[in-house]
Amino acid sequence: MAPTDTFFWVLLAFAALFAAATALGTWLEARAGDTVKVAWIHQLNVRIRASWLIPLLFAIAFALGSAAVVLVFAVASFLALREFVALTPIKPSDYWALIVAFYVAIPVQYLLIAAGWYVGFAVFIPVYLFLVLPVIMAWRQDVERYLERVAKVQWGLMISVYCVSHAPAIATLRIPGFEGRSAMLLLYFLLVLQASELLAVIVSAAIGRTPLKSNPNKSREGVAIGGGAAILIGASLWWMTPFSWWQSLLMAAAIAIAGFLGGLVLSAVKRSLGARAPVASDSVQLGRGMLDRLDALAFAAPVFFHLTLFFFAR
Amino acid sequence: MRLPVRFLPSIVWLVRLLVGAYPRWIGSAPSANQRIYFANHSSHMDTIVLWAALPHSLRVNTRPVAARDYWGRGGLRTQIAQEELNVVMIDRARPAVDRGDADNASDALADALEPLRDALTHGFSLIIFPEGTRTPQPLPGAFRSGLFHLAAQFSEVELIPVYLDNLHRSLPKGALLPVPIISTVRFGAPLPRVAGESRDAFLERARAAVIELAGG
Repeated sequence: MAPTDTFFWVLLAFAALFAAATALGTWLEARAGDTVKVAWIHQLNVRIRASWLIPLLFAIAFALGSAAVVLVFAVASFLALREFVALTPIKPSDYWALIVAFYVAIPVQYLLIAAGWYVGFAVFIPVYLFLVLPVIMAWRQDVERYLERVAKVQWGLMISVYCVSHAPAIATLRIPGFEGRSAMLLLYFLLVLQASELLAVIVSAAIGRTPLKSNPNKSREGVAIGGGAAILIGASLWWMTPFSWWQSLLMAAAIAIAGFLGGLVLSAVKRSLGARAPVASDSVQLGRGMLDRLDALAFAAPVFFHLTLFFFAR
Repeated sequence: MRLPVRFLPSIVWLVRLLVGAYPRWIGSAPSANQRIYFANHSSHMDTIVLWAALPHSLRVNTRPVAARDYWGRGGLRTQIAQEELNVVMIDRARPAVDRGDADNASDALADALEPLRDALTHGFSLIIFPEGTRTPQPLPGAFRSGLFHLAAQFSEVELIPVYLDNLHRSLPKGALLPVPIISTVRFGAPLPRVAGESRDAFLERARAAVIELAGG
C-alpha cells in the first residue's frame, strides 16, 4: 500500500473511534441521573469533542496539502499569544514590540517551518528576536519594569509560537527509510498526547483521590494511570512510526511526561498572572482557552521533535 | 475605494479574530427591547467591538452613534459606518452645552441630539459613548449630558451599562494597527430611573454602573 493509502485508512479508523466515543459520551450524558455525574460527563464530552480536531486537521491536510496544517498551527499560535498578552500587563510603550511579535514573528516562524529550513526556525525566535525585541522596547527609554515587560513578551512568544510551531515541524522531518510519511509521525504525536490528556481526566473522574493543585480536573492517581495507558497505546502504534515497539514506548513516555509538565508550568504562569477560570459559557467561543488547550503540546512538541531529530533523522 | 457590500460582514469576524469581543451578559440578557447601550470609550475600535458582541438578530435594530468628524470623513471608514454599522452621525456636542452656558446650551444640545431622538422614535436601539471622546485608560471619565436628556424623554427605553475592557491597550492613541488581545464586553443590569433626580446625580450614577462592571 502506498503511504497515502495507509494514512487514509488510519485516519478513517481514528475518526470512527472518536465518533464512537462521542456517541457513547452523549448517550451517557443523557442517561446520567444526578447533577454531579452529568457535570463530569459533560466535562469529558467537551474534551472528546475537542479531540475531533485531530482527525479534522488531518483530513484538511489530506485534502489541501501540508501547508494547511502549518496554517492551522499558525492560527493556534496567534490565538494563544493573544490570550497571553491579555493576561500580561502591557503599556503603550510596548506597542511596537507586540506588533512585531504578532505580525512579524508568527508569519516568519511558520514560513520557515513550511520551507522546512531547520536552522532558520530553530534560531529565529530564541536568537534574533531575543535580541531585537529588547532593542525595540529600549528605544523609547521607558525603563519602568523594563526587564519584566521584555521577559513577558519573550515568554509569550517562546511558548505560544516557538514551542507550538514544533508540532507542524514534526511533519517536515526527513527520516531515512520513512520518506514521505512524516505526516504520520505528527498524527502519532497528537494521538499519544491527546490520549494521555483524555485518559488522565477520565481516570481522575472515575477514581478521584488526590486532586492536583495545578488542575483540579486531574488527580495524581489519574495522571499516573491515564499516562501509563497512553504510553502503552503509544507503544502499540509503533507501526505508524519509524520506531521499534520499545522505542515507541519510550517516545510515548517522553510525550506524556513533557505534556504533563507543560500543563503544570502553564498553570503556574496563568495563576501568577492572575487569570480566572473561564466562565462555562465562554468555552464555546472562538479561541477562548487556547492556552489551556495548547499547554501540553507546547512542551511535548519540541521534546518529541528533538528526540526524533537526534536519534532518527539526519 | 468602495468594497462590495457582501464583503463587509467579514468586519465582525476580523474584529473577533483580532480582539475577541466576547460578550458577557452579567445583569441583563440579550433582548429585542428598545435599549440604549452606554459604554466607556477607550479606543477607536469600541463602536465595532460593542456592535460585534451583540447577537446578529439584535444588530439589525441597533445603531451606534458616531461623531461625524471621525466617521464621516469619507472612504472605507464611512462606508463601514453607513452600510455595515448603520450609524447615527452626530456633530459632537458644542462646548457651550457642558459649560452650562444657558443661552446657547439648550439650542446646541437640541440640534446635536436630534438625530438620536429621530432614531429612538423609529424604534431603534442605540449605542452611545457618553464621555464624548476617548479616554485611553481603564475607567471612564465624566459623562456628558446627552444620556440624561434621552433617558428623560424616552422613559420606556432600557438603559444598559456596558464595559469594554483592554481595548486601550490594543490600540493606544495614535496607533493604526491593533495589537491582538482578548477583550470582553460586559453588559450590566438596566439602570433604574429615579424620579426627580438631578442631571449630575444621574450622570454620576450611570458612570458608576459602568465602573462597577469593570471589576467583574
